[in-house]
Amino acid sequence: MNNFLPIIISRSQSSNLMNFFVPIIAIVLTLITGSIIFLLLGFDPIYALYTFFISPISSSYGLSELLVKATPLALIAIGLAFCFKNNIYNIGAEGQLTMGAIFGGGIGILFHDTNAFWLLPLMIFAGAIGGALWGLIPALLKNKFNTNEILTSLMLVYIALFILDYLVVGPWKDPNGFSFPKSRAFSESGRMPLLFDGLRVHFGLIITLFLIFVSWFVFSKTMFGFQLKVSGFSPKAARYAGFNQTTLIFLAFGICGAFAGIAGLSEVSGPIGLLYRDISPNYGFTAIIVAFLGRLHPVGIIFASLIIALTYLGAEDAQLFLQIPSAVGFIFQGLVLFYLLGAELLINYKLAFKKT
Amino acid sequence: MSIELIVGILEIILIATTPLVFAGIGELVTEKSGVLNLGVEGMMLVGAVTAFVTLVITGSYFLAFLISVLSGVVMSGLFAILVLFLMSNQIATGLALTIFGIGLSSMLGKEYIGTPIDGLSPWFFVIFSFVIVFLISYFFYKTKMGLILRAVGESHNSAHALGYSVIKIRFLSILFGGSMCALAGSYISICYAPMWQEGMTAGRGWIALALVVFATWKPERVLIGAYIFGGVTILQMNLQALGLRFPGQFFSMAPYIATIVVLVFISSNRLRIKLSAPASLTIPFYKGR
Repeated sequence: MNNFLPIIISRSQSSNLMNFFVPIIAIVLTLITGSIIFLLLGFDPIYALYTFFISPISSSYGLSELLVKATPLALIAIGLAFCFKNNIYNIGAEGQLTMGAIFGGGIGILFHDTNAFWLLPLMIFAGAIGGALWGLIPALLKNKFNTNEILTSLMLVYIALFILDYLVVGPWKDPNGFSFPKSRAFSESGRMPLLFDGLRVHFGLIITLFLIFVSWFVFSKTMFGFQLKVSGFSPKAARYAGFNQTTLIFLAFGICGAFAGIAGLSEVSGPIGLLYRDISPNYGFTAIIVAFLGRLHPVGIIFASLIIALTYLGAEDAQLFLQIPSAVGFIFQGLVLFYLLGAELLINYKLAFKKT
Repeated sequence: MSIELIVGILEIILIATTPLVFAGIGELVTEKSGVLNLGVEGMMLVGAVTAFVTLVITGSYFLAFLISVLSGVVMSGLFAILVLFLMSNQIATGLALTIFGIGLSSMLGKEYIGTPIDGLSPWFFVIFSFVIVFLISYFFYKTKMGLILRAVGESHNSAHALGYSVIKIRFLSILFGGSMCALAGSYISICYAPMWQEGMTAGRGWIALALVVFATWKPERVLIGAYIFGGVTILQMNLQALGLRFPGQFFSMAPYIATIVVLVFISSNRLRIKLSAPASLTIPFYKGR
């Protein structure tokens, strides 16, 4: 009776071929589902998909916006790779991003009337420290008290957001801001330099690409990268080899926090220029999708960040031209992750049909 | 302070806390079976919007709640298929569910922002929230099915060896969790604040997740925890209205800080965490051939 249903058989070794194809399968299925949704809403699916995925990037302004959005996503995702490779579930990158923005932005507010070459580097450094400190809290609790990092890192997101909210309506409020919940603007030298005149893409992109390159080097050429990988595959083997899991947890959380902190700082000193409540449209959570879609690989993450950034841009255009709420971008993000996670089965298991 | 004011505040606390109880108890049942579903916020939002839209179209409160609960079944069913049959990562799948739910609810509710409806009296649901907690508690600790559900959450391999269907029990627990989350959402959009607004559950789904840990996976403690959190929130609003200078954000953080403190407390002792948390939480079940 059950002969038509495939049975799932564990593979002895995970399939590299499938590892490459699974993200592509997920994207194709998402596009098919997306067309069906657009069709149900009464739009021509080809036109809707064009509006969503092609027209936003058919100008130099659009391409620059794509890079502006992909920059924080890629940077946080590569940081998350340090955690996820070792099966450490840091899902609090949004909080680490916020703390980075608070620390770095705090320096920017303190020196709001200073113009000096050292200001931006100092802000970036402070952003990294802020994010890293916030990331080290769940690491410390996990190492010291065996506390589940999923829940602590998630809770810390909301604590960070409330701290930011307190600061911008309280002590850091712009004295000339007509009681809007925002801080003073940073000085010119506290802003990320723009890469091209008239476009918003900024120096944060260069920092991101540099850190992705460094991460690639660490993952593939260093003992630390090897240890992360082994601990992720087989904690037992890692213990037998004498790798110190405590140190790995601290390092993974610290690096991820620092990267997310830099991403937060480069948002506030890049396109925004001051601190206020809504500095991030959930980049810290969306970067989790980017990390998974990119298979935790540096090159994969670059491609994935561009694809997910496109869902943000497409959603804005869809709102403008199709009068669909921009939150439809979240539907695409959710769908692509659903399909990806579902299709991941093919990497470690194969499907077979029973013979009668 | 007059008696009326105190009674008024107590009434508001009861009304405001009820959705936390629904979502918290739903998630608790899911987690007891060994599955962590981080999609609570998404399911609540979809539950809220489907109830609201159904009410506007049909005018029937009964249909509104029915469709809403069904939406919770569908949403959590999607999650269940992925984590149980395709053995996907529960954490990532739950996050996907929340992100998807945020998008879907905004899309479904687009035409209905600002549509006025007649709200429903919350009192039936307030009482029902107490009843359901005690029913779940009875179910877990006095019935055989409850014992089996807990066993599946503790050790799915042992439960499987004893001949219980791990997948079926988890599937049903996930669906129950989803329908309670949707009920919490529909309560918010129909009783608590009769309207639809994007993201109107305002992070209550995450608080519900925190509550389950805070309650160390015990049903009655979900009720206690929910009322502490709900009470603090409402008191803070009232104190702000009375002109207290203490910044409200620090009150708002309290549930999250309390959750971390409780987590540290229960996990710092290996025996205590074993007695509290379902041992198979987030571990997928693979039957083999």
